[in-house]
Amino acid sequence: MKIVSKQKLNKKLFSKKMEMIPTRDGYGEGLVELGEKNEKVVVLCCDLTESTRSQAFVEAFPERFVEVGIQEQNMAGLATGMAMSGYIPFIASYSVFSPGRNWDQVRISICYTNANVKIAGAHAGISVGPDGATHQALEDIALTRVLPNMTVIVPCDVHETRKATISAAETKGPMYVRFGRADSAVITAEKSPFEIGVANILAAGSDVTIIACGPLVYQALEAARELAKSHKIKAEVINNHTIKPIDTKTLVSSAKKTKAVVTVEEHQIHGGLGSAVAEVLSSYSPVPMRFVGMPDLFGESGEPEELLEKYGMTKEKIIASVSDVIKNK
Amino acid sequence: MQPITDIKKLNKIANSIRQNIIKSLEQAKSGHSAGPLGMADVFTALYFNVLNHDPKRPNLKERDRVILSAGHICPVWYATLAEAGYFPKRELWTLRKLGSSLQGHPHFHSIAGVENTAGPLGQGISIATGMAYAIRYFQKSNEMVYCIMGDGEQDEGQVWEAVMFAAKYMLPNLTVIIDRNNIQIDGPTEEVMPLDSLKDKYEGFNWHVLEVDGHNIEEVIDACNKAKAIVERPVCIIAHTIPGKGVKFMEGKYEWHGKPPKSDEAREALHQLRTMGGKVSVIDCE
Repeated sequence: MKIVSKQKLNKKLFSKKMEMIPTRDGYGEGLVELGEKNEKVVVLCCDLTESTRSQAFVEAFPERFVEVGIQEQNMAGLATGMAMSGYIPFIASYSVFSPGRNWDQVRISICYTNANVKIAGAHAGISVGPDGATHQALEDIALTRVLPNMTVIVPCDVHETRKATISAAETKGPMYVRFGRADSAVITAEKSPFEIGVANILAAGSDVTIIACGPLVYQALEAARELAKSHKIKAEVINNHTIKPIDTKTLVSSAKKTKAVVTVEEHQIHGGLGSAVAEVLSSYSPVPMRFVGMPDLFGESGEPEELLEKYGMTKEKIIASVSDVIKNK
Repeated sequence: MQPITDIKKLNKIANSIRQNIIKSLEQAKSGHSAGPLGMADVFTALYFNVLNHDPKRPNLKERDRVILSAGHICPVWYATLAEAGYFPKRELWTLRKLGSSLQGHPHFHSIAGVENTAGPLGQGISIATGMAYAIRYFQKSNEMVYCIMGDGEQDEGQVWEAVMFAAKYMLPNLTVIIDRNNIQIDGPTEEVMPLDSLKDKYEGFNWHVLEVDGHNIEEVIDACNKAKAIVERPVCIIAHTIPGKGVKFMEGKYEWHGKPPKSDEAREALHQLRTMGGKVSVIDCE
């Protein structure tokens, strides 16, 4: 596997010293940094201050934190009112509740108004684990990316979550940032580049393109390593952290080169990253595709690794999908 | 804008607003009649007496805000804003038409004075509450936020989330005005989903409640002034109104909740409004 630029990846990646940190930690770090930089930033949370990592902001800037209680619908509206008064509200809950339960408020109050509200969705994906299907958000990318005015970001690790949080405050308009609960590989470095709407090519290849988002970018990189070693297949790996607006240029030029694409996400196959990529490629560069993600099912209780294994969001599944799609080139 | 205190003048303004509601709905050929007519007096009281605002500077930071939560009664909001000089009255005849600034349900800043987006019920009170919170706790200033809600809207769970929140933070600058007209689309509110006692409900949530005759402009103004003076909790003004007020064949009829007058009905409605239901020969409302 040929790494495109050393800057884009963490030096400790694939080593014994590889760090494992939940992406949500980056949200807490980003908020505190923002709090210091921008007095217009305010934070709201629905009774999940610790687990969404809003706590760090509460301690640093108590006067700019609002405890909303278990009221996700109200929180979306409150934030709209605050945004209309010139503030930049970050609202946090679990993704199943926000933007899940309050989708109508996100649609009308936030997006139709084009209010400058940032929605932080924690505990997304099946890797939430033992809490079971009720708490595993697997539809949130679909729910948010259909909304006009909305930007949708799925950071791959803790550093990228911190950068996405900071960029959110600097970019006007509604934004959804999704992060996970479980420890996940620190893929990028503190100084790796991050720009909303610009996909990062992490590994260069010419036989197939693997387009991933979120913590599964690590599995995509692992798959590319093994494909290079055991299958002599050169896979290009793209970290497509911005689902909307999608980086058409990068995706199309890679697909034109490799002529086969596999997408990887911790989300329903229907309507998520894979669908977004397919919309772009079918218009500008139709190539055979395979989709790694949740196959139209609800999850269940279990450990994150067990669930990813059972529902087919693993390195092995990516390798099998690559072999299959290459046959159909 | 200088507040108007002459009640006769205010009644005349409310009458003109009602006529423009009828005319704009007739042109639109769809929309809601009963609610807007019923709330014309409350809107007159707000925009011509109570509010600290300037129609020529609609985005003035120090202005009081009106948030319309019951988005479907927007014809009364549009007619009132035009009457107050936020935009020319000719805009009213574009209501609900392609390319119009006057959408079937309000869209934030589509035209001067439209302060929020609304349609799905229950959302406006959260927006108003967030605004009142930002003004009170972040900005540390004293502008008032008035949120207009329907009574049927009280069926929505989101309303009570916001009501609970506003009481927790004792928002002194939030006043909700409920259009208590006892009707909703499927029939009388007490049959569709009983609300009484609304007063007890809001008091139970630690709000201060005032009840007024929503067609007595003086009472509405007094209640708003009282609400401003109550600083230890948010205030709910229950405005008892007659849906369709001013047009005899619409008054009290839930059938007129969601339909516009046809041209002969509009002609009759305008005649009734001009003659105050036969009490006077002609009123000059221009």
